[in-house]
Amino acid sequence: MSKTVLELKNISKSFFGIAALKNVEFSVKEGQVISLIGENGAGKSTLMNIIGGVLKPDGGEMKLQDQNYIPNTPKDAAEAGIEFIHQELNLFPNLSIADNMFITKFPKVSQTPIIDKANIRNHTKEMLQAVDLKVSPDTLVENLSPGERQLVEIAKAISSDPQILIFDEPTTSLTAKETERLFELINSLRTRGKAIIYISHILADVMNISDEIVVLRDGQVTDKGLKKDFTIDRMICSMVGRDIKQLYPERKSQPTDEIALKLENVSQPGTVHNISFELNKGEVLGIFGLMGSGRSELARIIFGLDPHETGKISIDGDKVCGISPKNSIENKLAFVTENRREEGLLMDVSIAENMGLVTLTKYASKLTKVIKKTSLYDQVKKVGELLKLKSGDIEKYPPKSLSGGNQQKVVIGKWLMTSPKVLIVDEPTRGIDVGAKYEVYSIINDLAAQGTGVLMISSELEELMGTCDRILVMNKGEIISEFSKTGFTQKNIMRAAFRQDAV
Amino acid sequence: MKDTVNKLLLTLLKNTPIMLFIVIFILFGILSPKFFSYTNFENIATQASYVGIIAVGMTFILLTGGIDLSVGSIMYVSAATTGVLIAKGMPIPIALCLALLIGLVFGAVNAFAIVKLKILPFVVTLSTMVAGRGVGLSITESRSIMLPDTITKIGSTRIIGIPLPIIIFAIVVGVAYIILAKTTLGRQIYATGNDVEAAKKAGINTDKILFTIYILSGLFAALGGIISVAQLGNINAGFGSGDEFDAIAAAVLGGTSLFGGVGGVLPGTVIGTVLIQMIQAGLVYLQVNLYIQPIISAGIIFLAVFLDSIRDAKINKMERRKIRTEQAPASAK
Repeated sequence: MSKTVLELKNISKSFFGIAALKNVEFSVKEGQVISLIGENGAGKSTLMNIIGGVLKPDGGEMKLQDQNYIPNTPKDAAEAGIEFIHQELNLFPNLSIADNMFITKFPKVSQTPIIDKANIRNHTKEMLQAVDLKVSPDTLVENLSPGERQLVEIAKAISSDPQILIFDEPTTSLTAKETERLFELINSLRTRGKAIIYISHILADVMNISDEIVVLRDGQVTDKGLKKDFTIDRMICSMVGRDIKQLYPERKSQPTDEIALKLENVSQPGTVHNISFELNKGEVLGIFGLMGSGRSELARIIFGLDPHETGKISIDGDKVCGISPKNSIENKLAFVTENRREEGLLMDVSIAENMGLVTLTKYASKLTKVIKKTSLYDQVKKVGELLKLKSGDIEKYPPKSLSGGNQQKVVIGKWLMTSPKVLIVDEPTRGIDVGAKYEVYSIINDLAAQGTGVLMISSELEELMGTCDRILVMNKGEIISEFSKTGFTQKNIMRAAFRQDAV
Repeated sequence: MKDTVNKLLLTLLKNTPIMLFIVIFILFGILSPKFFSYTNFENIATQASYVGIIAVGMTFILLTGGIDLSVGSIMYVSAATTGVLIAKGMPIPIALCLALLIGLVFGAVNAFAIVKLKILPFVVTLSTMVAGRGVGLSITESRSIMLPDTITKIGSTRIIGIPLPIIIFAIVVGVAYIILAKTTLGRQIYATGNDVEAAKKAGINTDKILFTIYILSGLFAALGGIISVAQLGNINAGFGSGDEFDAIAAAVLGGTSLFGGVGGVLPGTVIGTVLIQMIQAGLVYLQVNLYIQPIISAGIIFLAVFLDSIRDAKINKMERRKIRTEQAPASAK
């Protein structure tokens, strides 16, 4: 029987009277991977912040190696041997890998305040070797891919030889191959006796890597047990508290024959090559590809955010698109970007203002150009209801106060305000929980039923297969194959996506 | 082949401050042959010293994403107080130390308001700029103060043939370079400038860092003030005003970003400072109308910063990750 490293007893925490955690209890043992799952807003982040010393619990106690553990700052947690690998990377892109590794603990040249560069370079080299990343320690982090940055974070975290490692959604920005490498790494850490807490929305990963699974819902542990006793269905049931028989809502409409969006031989050197396709009204067209296949770049080109050298993009028959976002919006093209935090939302401005952002001119008085707030907000409220947006007063609260799923609804709502003819959604369900995913799929279905053409870009093949009428596969900036609904098989589509790759 | 051309272009683009420096240098030389003389170079460097020292302090601040508009006023207050006290018979070394202390106190006031009261650096230092000028004017009763010859003698001292201001400037730059590139403080300044929240999360004491740099900036402003006084020999009511602009321009010309996290003193700020001084000296050599000179030098600075922003966009584009390597058009199917 291996030793319990960290034990949580009766942990409670509330914010402004609303309970975020209620009597949470669990423990991690040496050499054990325990997965923590739950919808967004279930309390996972709060719990991690408590373990990490960012927040103080209102009640309950934590024991680390049988000692009382009361961290006051993140530093206390680090000194106690707890390391985090965050979903949002905490690296400084303007500094080198080596600088990032040692930013708070630079070794000095003997008695001087001068940093021992040779020393950190050598150490960093060793640390990078541990995660099998073959780049120079002097490389600036901004020149690394998201996956490489993740590996740097991990290398940094394991370098202090911590007792407990907490991975928060580590695979969201990784390619399949990088994920595999990560799991090998976690396995080797496990054999070395580390205790690991693994937080993820990707249930297949959880199934793959865990020894034990803990499910949180509304701040409470609703289910707990050994991995071998779990199925994905059981996880989902415990997470959402109801039985979601199907992950994807049923499509009730059929695509029409009218063309909504048409691309003819669109090329841009360095990114995409010779892209041609048609998206019909009422159709949901998926674009699948591995990381770096040019999916998101294509979306940006269609919307006019990035230029294209040759080819033609037209919407609704004859209106030319891909010139500028303004032109695209005028032509009723909408674009939900993959990065809702940075590109989709003004995080500190009210939800209502966020949703009204694109349509402001429509609600401006012709004469004075003053916005007619009441009629704008009435419409905003209508859209909010349509989307089943769960929030406080939308005129008062900013998107910051919402869960990921509701934030995404605000972004989608902003574009629904324009009554788009074509909607491009890039990774619409990234980082949102199962329940909210279902709702996003339903919204997409409803839009298609109303005749909107939806272009859905995703790296989750299953959701494309569950939602789309057709799937195009991209590889190295080109569309290399097309699958219609009857031809959807995971194996075939994956095989197409990997084509030309030496795997 | 195309790759090497690209690489060359990238290197050129990354070094625009130096390129610009050389171009303007040669241009002035062609327009006025007298410009190429050792005395002229020495004058430019000497006159650049005091702004340069302030610009070094400014670079620290800009690197964290902040700004210090009060440096001109700090120069004035510390130099004026020292001047008044020396005139009243205070020993010069003590008066000079006092001047530095005043700079330090001003910096600490800025730092306190920014770090503890959490007021934006722009607003804080704008206030201390105006207030500082007021303090200086009330100390001097807005009169011009003449300083004894002993002070100007210090200003024209030479050590192994090099004017003292240049030597002090060089020392300041050297120390600043080591701090930024080779100490924990320096690396943490870059981290803080990149993202304060992330820096805090990483366990960096960002409050301490901000305190340190605003105090340093105040100190450097006072030092710059002393050096300027030592060269001029008197302090009038406009002393130091407008120097904050030159200091910020010098840092930005040298490639330091106003958004924080990017830049440095060597060659950056040094090149920027000397460039500005060279433009001003060059215009004098060309006997340009005195009233038009500021317009032209501001125009050149504007152009340089504009070029710099184009350059950034270009570099970003060139360094962007390529998804596919384009074959020659002929081989396309």
